[in-house]
Amino acid sequence: MTRSVRIGILVPALGLFGFLLAWALVGIPSFGNYRGSYGYILNRVVTPERHMTNVVTGVVFDYRGFDTMGEEFILFAAVVGVVLLLRQGGREEPGDLKDSVGSDGVRLGGTLAVGVCVLVSLWLVAYGFVTPGGGFQGGAALASSVLLVFLVASHKAWSGVASNRVLDPFEGVGAGGYVVIGLGALIGGLPFLTNVLGPGTAGTLWSGGSAAFVNWSAGMEVAAANLILFTEFIDEYVVPLAAEK
Amino acid sequence: MILASLAPLQYAIFLLVAVAATTVVLTRDVQRQIVVNGFYGILLVILLVVLAAPDVALSMLAVSTVGYPLVVLIAIAKSRDR
Repeated sequence: MTRSVRIGILVPALGLFGFLLAWALVGIPSFGNYRGSYGYILNRVVTPERHMTNVVTGVVFDYRGFDTMGEEFILFAAVVGVVLLLRQGGREEPGDLKDSVGSDGVRLGGTLAVGVCVLVSLWLVAYGFVTPGGGFQGGAALASSVLLVFLVASHKAWSGVASNRVLDPFEGVGAGGYVVIGLGALIGGLPFLTNVLGPGTAGTLWSGGSAAFVNWSAGMEVAAANLILFTEFIDEYVVPLAAEK
Repeated sequence: MILASLAPLQYAIFLLVAVAATTVVLTRDVQRQIVVNGFYGILLVILLVVLAAPDVALSMLAVSTVGYPLVVLIAIAKSRDR
């Protein structure tokens, strides 16, 4: 295909999509004028009904808890897929990689940062019903803070923290715990995932009821899933490259 | 029209996001591109905070500063290897 033919196809296509985009932008409601009623209703009812001050988390883990369970299992299935593809028997043992960080400042500051970041992440999960945060955000932050160990220390230190023996149980308990909490309501004769323990006191750690436990299991699942992905990628790609050097 | 209803701060951040996105595309060296993309990600985080979506901003922070660069860096390392 010559250059002129490609440009001949590109220009009308760009024009068409540009026109459609401009047309769509002209038609959307002005900024901040949300037209649906669902958001307004939830903003009014979440705090009186469920005593949660963060409406987003209230929707994710209570009103729409069943949808979130599906989301959680999408992540679970994705991680299982990656592990099936990458975790092979014939992988070489990393042994003693000479990859420790030379700078004392980076090591000291980084190690302190790991502790601070882990604390902040746990706080994000725990107070998800009160302030912005929740299982998904806190879990992702927790996995990122643990990954710092690899960046500021060495592969040896990292593989001690993020080993399959530690992570796989968390991954399983996180995903399964969500379902078990949902089934618990069924045993009591209520619909699946009914908030049997709530609502607690607004603005405190105990404001989510049983949704708080769902939140913690999602946080556990997300953190473990991300860390498993990191370990698999690092062992598959980074370790062989470092060993060659 | 959507642009007329934005506050000045929102205007400024949207503009910075557009500039950063263009810079990411125009950076040709992939390793530098990841760093530039990190700045772009931080701007998106600020944009989400300005638009009063702190929950989404938190997720974006973890994805744009850790998850995405890690996967891209590993992909680059792997393709250089071949």
